Amino acid sequence: MLIVVLIGFLLSALLLFTGNFFKEKKLSTLLTILPLGILIYLLSFGQKIAQGEVIYLHYEWIPAFDVSLNFRLDGLSFLFGLLISGIGTLVFFYTSSYLKGHHFLDRFYSYLSMFMAAMLGLVLSDNLITMFIFWELTSITSFFLIGFNNESQSSRKSALVALGITGLGGFFLLAGAVLIGESAGTYSISQILSDPEAVRSGSYFSLICIFMTLAAFTKSAQFPFHFWLPGAMQAPTPVSTYLHSATMVKAGVYLLFRFSPVFEGSHLWHELLLIFGAVTMIYSAYHIIFRIDLKSILAYSTIAALGILVFLIGIGTKMAITAAAVFIVVHALYKASLFLIAGIIDHETGTRDITRLSGLRHKMMPIFITGVIAAAISGGIPPTLGFIGKELIYESTYHFTESVVFLTFLAIFTKILLFYAGFVVGMKPFTGKLPAALSEVHKPDIKMSLPPAIMVILGLVLGIFPGFIEDFISAPITQTFGFTDVEHLKIWHGFSEILVFSMVTILIGTIMYLTLKPNYKLKGFISKLEVISPLQLMNDLNQGFEKISGWWTNLFQNGYLRHYVATCVLFMVISIGYVVVFNFNLDLADQAFHQLTFHEVAIIVIMLGAVIFTVVTRSRLAAVVAMGIVGFSFSLIFLFYGAPDLAMTQFSVDTLTVILFVLVLYKLPKYLKLTKNVLRLEHGILSLTFGTLVSMIILMVLQQPVQKEVSEYYGDNAYLLAKGKNVVNVILVDFRGIDTLIEVSVLTVASLGVFGLIKLRIRSRDKK
Amino acid sequence: MEVVLAIITGILYAAGIYMMMRRSIVKLIIGVILFSNGVNLLIFLSGRLKKGKPPLIPESSDVFIEAYTDPIPQALILTAIVISFGLQAFAIVLVKRAYKVLHTDDLDQLNTTDEDS
Repeated sequence: MLIVVLIGFLLSALLLFTGNFFKEKKLSTLLTILPLGILIYLLSFGQKIAQGEVIYLHYEWIPAFDVSLNFRLDGLSFLFGLLISGIGTLVFFYTSSYLKGHHFLDRFYSYLSMFMAAMLGLVLSDNLITMFIFWELTSITSFFLIGFNNESQSSRKSALVALGITGLGGFFLLAGAVLIGESAGTYSISQILSDPEAVRSGSYFSLICIFMTLAAFTKSAQFPFHFWLPGAMQAPTPVSTYLHSATMVKAGVYLLFRFSPVFEGSHLWHELLLIFGAVTMIYSAYHIIFRIDLKSILAYSTIAALGILVFLIGIGTKMAITAAAVFIVVHALYKASLFLIAGIIDHETGTRDITRLSGLRHKMMPIFITGVIAAAISGGIPPTLGFIGKELIYESTYHFTESVVFLTFLAIFTKILLFYAGFVVGMKPFTGKLPAALSEVHKPDIKMSLPPAIMVILGLVLGIFPGFIEDFISAPITQTFGFTDVEHLKIWHGFSEILVFSMVTILIGTIMYLTLKPNYKLKGFISKLEVISPLQLMNDLNQGFEKISGWWTNLFQNGYLRHYVATCVLFMVISIGYVVVFNFNLDLADQAFHQLTFHEVAIIVIMLGAVIFTVVTRSRLAAVVAMGIVGFSFSLIFLFYGAPDLAMTQFSVDTLTVILFVLVLYKLPKYLKLTKNVLRLEHGILSLTFGTLVSMIILMVLQQPVQKEVSEYYGDNAYLLAKGKNVVNVILVDFRGIDTLIEVSVLTVASLGVFGLIKLRIRSRDKK
Repeated sequence: MEVVLAIITGILYAAGIYMMMRRSIVKLIIGVILFSNGVNLLIFLSGRLKKGKPPLIPESSDVFIEAYTDPIPQALILTAIVISFGLQAFAIVLVKRAYKVLHTDDLDQLNTTDEDS
């Protein structure tokens, strides 16, 4: 199974090198073999899954961190695996015609197979950390696929928004995963599920619950994170079909499904899912009315469908779980085929604007039939699988313990609008009169019309023979939830309230379809409300953040050296000044000022004068000479206080510096008065404050006792170990000899630099 | 004397920082030199002062007989002086070079990497 998961990544890498081969030979259809192979591989486990077996495969990865490549195939991952490989097969096949001759076709397939691998890894993984990695990989591939038309600005922007939102969810997932790992003591999903009490009784339970639902809500586009999904429709249609309707957006649903046995019975969990699921389905179902772009309508109906799924998991009864499992299949079948049909229309006519499309049945009859069947599945008209799905949803709301009327009403409302959406996309463009603008439209390639047809036929056949779904999908899934008896799927439930609800749905849906025409006026109405939508809020936040960070950066990084110096100094003054001022005490009585000799006083006076002169003089040469005097005074101080080596070094270095300065600088212009007086004053005050602070710190240091162990070690051993009587020299050349060697090399590099700068001739500049 | 030298160190720091905040690049270098002198004095003071007692072992003995000035700050300062000389020499030549090419020693006009500024 490891190879099955990783083969997508391998193919993706391989396409980097062989992409041109597939493109030029027009062999891209061949790539369909990959998902088809995976589909067949997964189907070979079907019999075992139907018997309720769970298949485990173990591969160690990073055992030290309890991260493994363990895979687990049970009813739930089987369902998702089938969706990924099955829809994948059709989408791979469809793309070879849809993007025929596209410049980056190889790149597209590369992303697509990488996505497929990541998604398979996500649903099959039995380790939380590995699952997180695959989760993030799906976000990243989704980013590349949404931004596939990288020349369009809106594409790039939508890709970023999607990455931002799903990436945010990734953080929550990681946090949730780590907390679960902490509580359960393991990252193995199977072990966590077999002992949910460990997590439930842990102290992080509420946090885990919130983090995991947030992760799922961002990925599955639940309100208020839903807005990335309509934006993601910028991607080519196969991507919308595959990632943003059938598989990736269901990763969140998968997560909720997978962990709901752990959270079962927690009020927080059920309420979060019920409330957000319900708000999402109502909010986006209502938005469908105002859209005129085919893909936009489908995007909102997808969000509504995801809302229904979250809502059903929130209900959490056996009936609801069965309903959710069946609805995932139903939704994948009809939504993918409707997307592919929208893609065909877009490909052949060049528009997705529903107000400009009509009468296409004259040009593409087979697509029309496919579209109507897809709409029928979507609307839940018997005998399609959609009908069973819808009945199950009503059953689960109607037989729930609380707020039956309200929940059922919500479900019916959403299903009516989904019915409407299905027919608007699947039927409306084909009916009516063919406008002149569309008279040149061709029949689509068989490679494009076949995939949606296969899906709707499946939807029909499975509706008539629901036993397949029951045996292989809904029964194994309910079993993983610990329900022993299974819900039997039937197309005919007898006369009951549920049947009445179904009839009402179909009736009102039909009336809506017949009376309500999508138009620009409705669209204009909703765009006025966009000002307060979460998308707008996020954009405003982004812009505000950009502005603030720009302002903040410019405040400190304005490119003026003096500004940087001033900022650093000011920061130090403020941060240490407080401590120093409050801890400072100085007893001048101890100080024996009367012991100062005449030459000491003289040196200090000379030095002070020289420092002040260096700062205030207007002549560069005078400043250099005054600086030299400071240096020579230093030599004398070193001499007085027992440092003859320092005195000599200081003396020679200072002489050299002054000579170098004079040699180099006599050519430079005179000092100019460059800064304003106010600024000079400010800098003066800042410098003096800093100087005072330094003095105070030194005085505080001087009051502390001295640690002399190291010095004494050197002093005691200078002669005994190193045979030298000048301790400073011995330290430099013997005890710390390597340091001195490095110092010498630093000097060598500096002298090479000096030499280079003097000898360098920049010819082009010199000519100018 | 320690108190006086501590105040001198403060003054050197203040003068160094003040010069570093000027626009002329020559003043910047002078500022760095003053500042490094201040740092040297700080290190020197932290080893405490002892008048006329260099850390030299007397001819007649293998170890110290009386108190002596702390040798470690001296070793550190010696290194610091030499290294800062390397820095100063390089900086001075760089200034000369920059002036020759750009005809300015105003730092505010040197704050971009664009050639045609």
